[in-house]
Amino acid sequence: MNDINIQRRGFLKTSLGVATVVIAPGMLLFDMAHGKSQPVSGKVRWGMLIDTTQCREGCNDCVAACNKENGLSGGTNGQARSPLPNPLPQAGEGANDSLRETRLKSTDSQWIRKIELKDVSSGRELSLPMMCQHCEHPPCVDVCPTNASFKRADGIVLVDRHRCIGCRYCMMACPYKARSFVHEPLHDQNPDVPRGKGTVEACSLCVHRIDQGQQPACAEACPNKAILFGDLNDPESEIARKVGSVASVQVRADLRLNPGIRYQGL
Amino acid sequence: MSAQTPIQFYDQRQARFKNRLFYSLVAAGGLIVMAGLYAVYLMEHHGHIITGMNNQIVWGIPHVFAIFLIVAASGVLNVASIGSVFGKAMYKARASLAGLLSIAMLAGGLTVLMLDLGRPDRIIVAATNYNITSMFAWNVVLYSGMFSLVVVYLWTMMERRMNRWTKPAGFAVFAWRFILTTGTGLIFAFLVARQAYASALLPPLFIVISFAWGMAVFLIAQAIIYAWNGNAIAPEILQRMKNLLGVFVMGALYLVAAYHLTNLYFAHQSGFERFILVEGGIYPQLFWWGYVLLGNILPLLLIYLPGQGKTKSITAASLLVILGGFAFLYVFIIGGQAYPLNIFPGYQASSSFGDGQIATYHPSLYEFMLGFGGLAIAFIITTVSVRVLDFMPHDKPYIAD
Repeated sequence: MNDINIQRRGFLKTSLGVATVVIAPGMLLFDMAHGKSQPVSGKVRWGMLIDTTQCREGCNDCVAACNKENGLSGGTNGQARSPLPNPLPQAGEGANDSLRETRLKSTDSQWIRKIELKDVSSGRELSLPMMCQHCEHPPCVDVCPTNASFKRADGIVLVDRHRCIGCRYCMMACPYKARSFVHEPLHDQNPDVPRGKGTVEACSLCVHRIDQGQQPACAEACPNKAILFGDLNDPESEIARKVGSVASVQVRADLRLNPGIRYQGL
Repeated sequence: MSAQTPIQFYDQRQARFKNRLFYSLVAAGGLIVMAGLYAVYLMEHHGHIITGMNNQIVWGIPHVFAIFLIVAASGVLNVASIGSVFGKAMYKARASLAGLLSIAMLAGGLTVLMLDLGRPDRIIVAATNYNITSMFAWNVVLYSGMFSLVVVYLWTMMERRMNRWTKPAGFAVFAWRFILTTGTGLIFAFLVARQAYASALLPPLFIVISFAWGMAVFLIAQAIIYAWNGNAIAPEILQRMKNLLGVFVMGALYLVAAYHLTNLYFAHQSGFERFILVEGGIYPQLFWWGYVLLGNILPLLLIYLPGQGKTKSITAASLLVILGGFAFLYVFIIGGQAYPLNIFPGYQASSSFGDGQIATYHPSLYEFMLGFGGLAIAFIITTVSVRVLDFMPHDKPYIAD
């Protein structure tokens, strides 16, 4: 009975311990890197209802929140100019140079922007945020040669930064001018929102927040609650009930892209 | 005659001079290619910030060069098609030169297009991930297919045992290049939201315009090759070719006019037409002076005016057609993007992202370096090939057919 091989038992114990120490951190990292394992549901259609009557002219809170959340240098806080000036003199081309006077460069990424509108016939003025409209039939996805532009099952239109070759055809095709091209090297990126020089990017509807059950940063930041975010397919959701009861429109509805973003008071 | 020795001496000297000239031309072309590659390196290192392109004008000077080269590469094959498909002997003699020019320009144009990508290092992704609904993805297949098809076509012409396959290969090239230029036109025609582009007229417009540009490139190359070899082209042949150039130029001008007139007829497009034809600063200037006057009227005068139509004036006309082509593409590609998207019809829009504003574009030197690099690639391929292989047209005594 005392034939138990102590040495063998010790060896097994040590081996088990070593194996745990070696494998466990890797498993942990693997788990962290892959995040949620279950796929997103196609039953959900994420969308927004933007109440333009509640959107104040001059208020830029949604834009600032987006820039902060997604690590865009954005220009709203007047970031440093490019170290490399344009080598050709900025000769007047007869066109409007007012962009250069603002702190934003025409090469800066803008995932969301405020547009001031004036009705040509009535003179009525309004202000609204514009971003990727997360179309059901997105032209950017149609034209992308490498399938880098894609639509997630829950309706969010995204760019796979590993596949994007930077051809900018999607920027030509987007009717909302929602996309930006990364013109400069990037520093201090937000780890949740990887970006890449030479690729195209746009509003992701803060997909990293949605996947954690949070709202997009712009919706959360709006002081007047003008941006209502939710699942358009869920009849019980606030957004679905409101879309069903108040007049709202899709921008460029004539193109029949069925955007997930709707506007009220336009 | 006692002049035999001096003639030999003269020939040798000329041969040596030509040899040196050849190597200096190739070296000059190589330098321009190197400059283009240096620009690419800088664009890769610093990003597209060093170009004049921005989030409003996303396609700039490199696309003007690339699209010119690709469209002309398709059009130059017209010469080959008239020979192989329609059986005209004088064009058949020129088919191989046309094929060579096509390959050279396609290589140059595609290189520029590829190196202007944000991530040219990922070009293989375009082959491994293929989106069937993308016109760009289709064009990748069309361009590479045309390249291989023309190589095979050249082979059937230059290898005597393969000669019997020349006609089918010529037919295949003939069909392919029509589809290819349709594809190039469709890249723009499918952009439904942009006033400048969403038009079914664009594919036929690009096809006819390719005839004119390709013919112009061919006539210049032909004139240089004849001059290099000390031959004079038969006046009857030049006469027919210049008339063909004239017809193509008029056809292209007609379709460009039709494109603008149809736009003018649609009320919602009149703002864009006013911009591009009258008020848009550099764009109407380039359109009327560059494209219409220098690129069409003047060449037509040089071709058809009594007393004109000799080699020199034909070469000048061809050069002008090419310059006009660049002017046209600048207005079409950059002017078309400069006019703001009409996202909210009936509203006046303004924003920090150029909504409702005419976009500005100041092309940078690097973009021109890349564009000229593409031209230089086409030049080197042509020059070296013409030197080492026989691309000289061999005309039989001319018989009108």
